Amino acid sequence: MNGLLGPILVIVWKDILLELRSRDLVVSILVFGLLVVVVFNFALNNAPGRAAELAPGILWVAFAFSAVLAMNRAFVREQEQGGLEGLLISPVSRDAIFLGKVLTSLIFMLLIEAALLPVYAVMLDFSALSLTLVLTIFLGTLGFAVVGTLFSAMAVQTRSREIMLPVLFFPVVLPIIIAAVEASTRAVGGETFVGLGRWLPLIGIFDALFLVICPWIFAFVVEE
Amino acid sequence: MSTRSVEAIEARSLEKSFGEWPVLWDLDLSVPWGQTLVLFGANGAGKTTLLRILATHVRADQGSVAVAGYNLRSRPEEVRRRIGVVGHRSLLYEDMTCRENLVYYSRLFGLKNHNSRVDEVLEKVRLGDRADHRVRTLSNGMQKRAAIARAILHQPDVLLLDEPEAGLDCDSVSILGTLLAEWTESGRSVVMTTHDLDLGLSWGHRAGVLRGGKLNFPGDAGELGSVVNANIRQAVADALGAGQ
Amino acid sequence: MAATQGIKSSGGLGIPSLKTGMAAIAGVMMLVDLYFIFMVAPTDAVLGHVQRVFYFHVPIAIMSFLAFFVVFLGSLMYLIKRTPKWDAIAHASAEVGVVFVTLALLTGIIWARPVWNTWWTWEPRLTTTLILWLIYVAYLMVRSYAPTESKAAIYAAVMGIIGFVDVPIVYYSVVWWRSIHPSPVVGPFAESDALTGTMSLILLYSLITFVFLFIYMVMERMSLRKMEEELGKIRFSLRRRRR
Repeated sequence: MNGLLGPILVIVWKDILLELRSRDLVVSILVFGLLVVVVFNFALNNAPGRAAELAPGILWVAFAFSAVLAMNRAFVREQEQGGLEGLLISPVSRDAIFLGKVLTSLIFMLLIEAALLPVYAVMLDFSALSLTLVLTIFLGTLGFAVVGTLFSAMAVQTRSREIMLPVLFFPVVLPIIIAAVEASTRAVGGETFVGLGRWLPLIGIFDALFLVICPWIFAFVVEE
Repeated sequence: MSTRSVEAIEARSLEKSFGEWPVLWDLDLSVPWGQTLVLFGANGAGKTTLLRILATHVRADQGSVAVAGYNLRSRPEEVRRRIGVVGHRSLLYEDMTCRENLVYYSRLFGLKNHNSRVDEVLEKVRLGDRADHRVRTLSNGMQKRAAIARAILHQPDVLLLDEPEAGLDCDSVSILGTLLAEWTESGRSVVMTTHDLDLGLSWGHRAGVLRGGKLNFPGDAGELGSVVNANIRQAVADALGAGQ
Repeated sequence: MAATQGIKSSGGLGIPSLKTGMAAIAGVMMLVDLYFIFMVAPTDAVLGHVQRVFYFHVPIAIMSFLAFFVVFLGSLMYLIKRTPKWDAIAHASAEVGVVFVTLALLTGIIWARPVWNTWWTWEPRLTTTLILWLIYVAYLMVRSYAPTESKAAIYAAVMGIIGFVDVPIVYYSVVWWRSIHPSPVVGPFAESDALTGTMSLILLYSLITFVFLFIYMVMERMSLRKMEEELGKIRFSLRRRRR
C-alpha cells in the first residue's frame, strides 16, 4: 500500500470521485473543445478538400488549449479546498503526489480527447480509426500532463494564475505540438509506424526526459 | 508511539523570515510526552508559522526540528506519520462526504481496518450521524470537528492545533477539551495556539508566549499554577500591547 | 546594524573595483571593436555594408546562449544548495540574457530584410531563438508574479532548468520540421562566401568584447540586487524602530 503505486491510485480515485460529484472539469472542457473546431472552421475558411490537410493542426491546437484549461482547473480545485496541503502533510512521497496528479490529468484529458476525436473526424472529414493516431495522441497528451502538472502547481500560486500557466507551458511543449501535428498528418494519411519517422520517438524522448526531471523538481515547487 | 524519544518535539535555534521580515529567530522549543504546550502571542507573532514549520509544511531557514526523535529534514515522511494537524482550513474536500474524506486520508496514511477506525473517530467528534453528508453541507463548527477527526485518524504522537476553538460552539469546545485530556493522559503530546487565555490556561500543561521572534516561558519552568498564570496573563497582555 | 555594515562592504574596495575594472575593459574593447567593424573590416562583396551587422549579431547570439547556460547552472545549484548567491547569479544572467536575445532577434531582422528579402523566416536558428526568448521572458514573469521571494527563486529555478533542457529538443524539432517544409531561404551562412581572414579575426575580437560586456552586465545587475536587498533591510529596521 505504501509503495509508489498505492498512494498514486488513492489520489486518482479521489480525483475521479470529485469529478463525478462536481462535473466541472470534463464537461466544460468538452464544450470548449467543440467551440474551438467551430471557430477554426470559419477562421481558416475550411473549404471542402482542405479539411484533412488542416485537421491535425486544428486537432492539436484544441487539445493543447484544453489541456491548459483542464490542468489549471484541477490545481485550482486542490488549492481552494486545501487538498494539496492535506496531501503534503500526509506521509506520501512527493513523487507519488506528482505522479498521481499526472495520471489524473492524463485520464481526464484522454477521456476528453476520446469524446472529441470522433466529432472532429466527422466535422473535419478524416479517419480517426488509426492505431498510429491513437498512439500519437496518447504520447502527446502524456507529455502535456507531465509538464503541465509541474507548471500548474507553480502557476496556481502566482498572481494572474490563469495567464501564467499558458505562458510557462506553451514554449516548453512546442516540440510536442510540432511532432504531434507532423505525426498525426501522416497517421491520418494512412501511414504506418515506420512512415511516422522521427516524430513519435521525438515525443517519446520528450516524455521520458521530463518524466525523470519533473518529479524531482516538483518537491521544490510545493515546499514553502 | 512506536519509538520513545526523550521529548515529543525538540526544536533548536529555529529561524524563519519572509523576505526581509524575520518572524522567528533563534527559537528553542521542547515538548515532553504527555503534555500540552499552549502558545500565546499577538497576531503576526509567528504562532502559525511555528506550527507550520512543525507540521513540515514550511521550511525553516535555520535550525533543526525532531518529532518523536525523527529529524524533520532527513526523515520528513516519518515525522508526517506522527503528527496530526488542524489549521485554519479543514483540508477536507467539500464535495466528498466526511466518511469519504476520512477513508481517503486513512488510505494515504496506509491504515489497516480503516472503516472501523473512521467510525471510531467520527463518534469521538460526535459526527456519527453526519458521516455520509457532504462536507459542503456541514456548518463551520462541524467542519472543524471533521478536521479534528482527520487529524487524530492515524493516532499521531503529536497534535498540532492552530486556534482550534475558533468557530466551535460551547459543546464542541468541551468535546475537544475531553479529547485533548484523554490524548495527553495516554502519553501523547499537543501543541496548540489560542487567543483564549482562560481556555489555554485550563487546557495547557505549559504555556509559552511568542514575542519578538522568540518563545518565552513566563514563570519558572513554565508549569502552570496560579502564580504562573498571573505572570502569563501579564506577559500576554504585554505582548499584545507591543504588537499593536 | 547589519544593514549599515552591508552598505559599507558594498561601498568598499572588494567587488566594486572588480566591477569597475570590468566596465573599463568592456568599454575600451567596445570602442576598438566599433573601429574595427566600421573602419577596418572590408565591405562584403555581395552583401555590402549590411554585412557588418554580422559582427554584432553572432557574438550577441552566442552570448545569449551562454547566458542561459549560466541561468541553468545557477538554477540547478540553487535548488541543490539553497544559497541566495546562486539565485542571484541565475537571475542576473537571465535578465542580461533576455536583453541579448532580444538584440540577437533585432539584429537578425535587420540582416534578414536586405539579404533574404523578408523580415522574418521560420528558419531553425531563428525559430529556436524566438522560443528561447519566450522561455526566458516566462522565467522573468514567474519570478515577478510569485507570492513570496523564496517561491520566486524556486519557480524561476524550475523554469531555468526545464527551459534549458527543452532548448535542444526545440531546435531539433524545428530543424526536422524545416526539412519537410522547405522555403526559399536557407541558413544564415549560406549566401555569404567564407569569411576572409580579417573578417574572422574581427568576429573573434568582437566575441571576446561581448564576453567582457556580458560579465560586466551580470556583475552590475548582481550588485544592483544586493543594493535592493540592503534597502529592504534598512526599510525593515526603520519600521521596527518606529514601533
